[in-house]
Amino acid sequence: MAEATQAYEVGRHPELPPPRSEVGVLGWLKHNLFSSPFNVVLTLLVVWFLWTVIPPLFEWMVLNSVWTADTRKECWARMAVPEDGACWAFIKGRIQLFIYGFYPHPLRWRVNLSFVLLVLAIVPVLYDKLPGRKYALWYAAAFPFIAGWLLVGGFGLTPVDTDQFGGILLTLIIGVTGISFSLPIGILLALGRRSTMLVPRVLCVLFIEFIRGVPLITLLFVAATMLNYFLPPGTVFDLLVRVLIMVTLFSAAYIAEVVRGGLQAIPRGQFEAADSLGLTYFQAHLTIVLPQALKISIPGIVNTFIGLYKDTTLVLIIGMLDPLGIGRASLADPVWLGLAREVYIFVALFFFICCFSMSRYSLYLERKLHTGHNY
Amino acid sequence: MKPIHAIAAAAAVAALALSAAATAGTLDDVKARGVLRCVVSTGIPGFAYPDANGVWKGFDIDFCRATAAAVLGDPKKIKEVTATGKTRFTLLNAGEGDVLWRNTTITFSRDVGVKLRFHGVNYYDGQGFMVKKSAGIKSATELDGASICIQTGTTTELNLADYFHSNNMKYEAVTIETNDEARQNYVAGRCDVYTTDASGLAATRSTFANPDDHVILPEIISKEPLGPATRQGDAQWSDIITWVLNATITAEEKGITQANLDDMKNSKDPEVLRLLGVEGNQGKELGLSKDWAYNIIKAVGNYGEIFERNIGVKTPIGLERGLNALWTNGGLQYSPPFR
Repeated sequence: MAEATQAYEVGRHPELPPPRSEVGVLGWLKHNLFSSPFNVVLTLLVVWFLWTVIPPLFEWMVLNSVWTADTRKECWARMAVPEDGACWAFIKGRIQLFIYGFYPHPLRWRVNLSFVLLVLAIVPVLYDKLPGRKYALWYAAAFPFIAGWLLVGGFGLTPVDTDQFGGILLTLIIGVTGISFSLPIGILLALGRRSTMLVPRVLCVLFIEFIRGVPLITLLFVAATMLNYFLPPGTVFDLLVRVLIMVTLFSAAYIAEVVRGGLQAIPRGQFEAADSLGLTYFQAHLTIVLPQALKISIPGIVNTFIGLYKDTTLVLIIGMLDPLGIGRASLADPVWLGLAREVYIFVALFFFICCFSMSRYSLYLERKLHTGHNY
Repeated sequence: MKPIHAIAAAAAVAALALSAAATAGTLDDVKARGVLRCVVSTGIPGFAYPDANGVWKGFDIDFCRATAAAVLGDPKKIKEVTATGKTRFTLLNAGEGDVLWRNTTITFSRDVGVKLRFHGVNYYDGQGFMVKKSAGIKSATELDGASICIQTGTTTELNLADYFHSNNMKYEAVTIETNDEARQNYVAGRCDVYTTDASGLAATRSTFANPDDHVILPEIISKEPLGPATRQGDAQWSDIITWVLNATITAEEKGITQANLDDMKNSKDPEVLRLLGVEGNQGKELGLSKDWAYNIIKAVGNYGEIFERNIGVKTPIGLERGLNALWTNGGLQYSPPFR
């Protein structure tokens, strides 16, 4: 009481700690979860939902799971109640198949080496603070060709047919090729579409509109089956190469539209400033327009890449076995019949990890490149 | 003729000439390549699946190996061209595979319309129904108004429609893409009935914790003779596929097995001796080696052995021979004589 009655001179009142209901766990809860009656209801609903879903899922995936068994029967016999837990032994026994597909066993070091080289190539591209980044980028540009040589063979290495590729290896090949080639092609297409020259513009518009107007699955079907009718029989034109071309072109058309959106957001003044400085078309675009346009386009570009990465599972329809295809084929093994849940959850986890990392990286990139005003 | 037309015409002629050259003999192509390319499924329980090491196994795969053993003398020299139900015929007709061993029903429209050649039946199947025992249904005629899980892009859709139409019954189709999807839907109760080929039903039923809680109804509503196919217009290659299949059946009829194969070379039966290439010249007439059939049986055994190893009663699939028993045992498997 004494404190309350104490008189202070104006402006001399000491700062008091905030009320307890505004700080710490309680404050956080109040502000984030129970700030209004509607939010109270939502919070309770979500808690109830998580409460009903997570414990059984955790029980199924972790507590009751079985990690060693040779058949499904044995797996289920090891559980208190059959089918009550995940039978990860199935996935564990086939993890090599999921990673390498049908790549010949003695040559799998080449796949492993490619994975390591891929990481080494990606790091300098993603982080610009590495020493000697300039040389690392040259290496990254050469990586697709080095990896191609390692995986396919030839020139001193035992050749491996691309139809033996499968699983995560296949997804990464299609994903990485599609992503790294579709971005430059997409930028060129976007520039072409905005060009004042008639022929490139019409060609780019036709290409983009055609590809965007056709589902990817149709393009893959054309790649897998129709092309052979057009090409002379006996022409060996690898199915994987056909798929890579189609996937790259497909995603390039989408990238082109995303980049065009970015280009259109650049005020005319920027172009005019570049012109008045006497910069050529390429100088102006490389130094002034594209850096800004691409920065704006990052969310859209990453969105397209994530879509492309997930679309790689469509190759299943034309008989190529990506992780999902390997999983489904493995489900036909008589001694393991009926474990579809395990397979689909495993594949979903794999794709989630890949796509979530991509989306996190894009957030990081946006923040790093955010040089404008912060509102 | 404008130059561009002339070029186009020349290209067309060249393409035709090339195609004629390439389709002249699948046998020569396969021998030159040293590998037999079989169009196989992307996974059908017991018929085609990869094991943990990535080696393909199954009933259809064994017949593919048998073909490779006959043509190239080595059952390992195969390449599996995995195809879905939708791409299998285009892959074959586009020349990406040499022969199709892929759980494929022989029908008029496929033989005539899709322009394939079929070469006998390696598995007699038929479409059936599976329901939960608790539903108390005893016959397919009681299925009026049921919701039915059915795979798309197969002959089963049409059979189902025909059967229900002709019996004046209604049903609600729950279309699904794969067997596993059907299983999940059926277990979750989104459909009362699952219909597919009886072999598939047996495989699915074996995956339940309590298989006895589910019954496969007695009615088989369709004929699904599954057999190998090749492109039209290559009589020699067609003969080879036909007689590879016949060789496995004849071997069972004559009691030739993987185990007693070498003893059978001293058999008194002239047909056995012709089959194993001890006498006569049949291999050469087919364009193959003398010991082609010997190689088949050495590699995969006779028809019964292939059946029992992959889908027979001792496997988790647990199929009875049924219609696929030899004709001498009341089944339909019957091979023309090697004479």
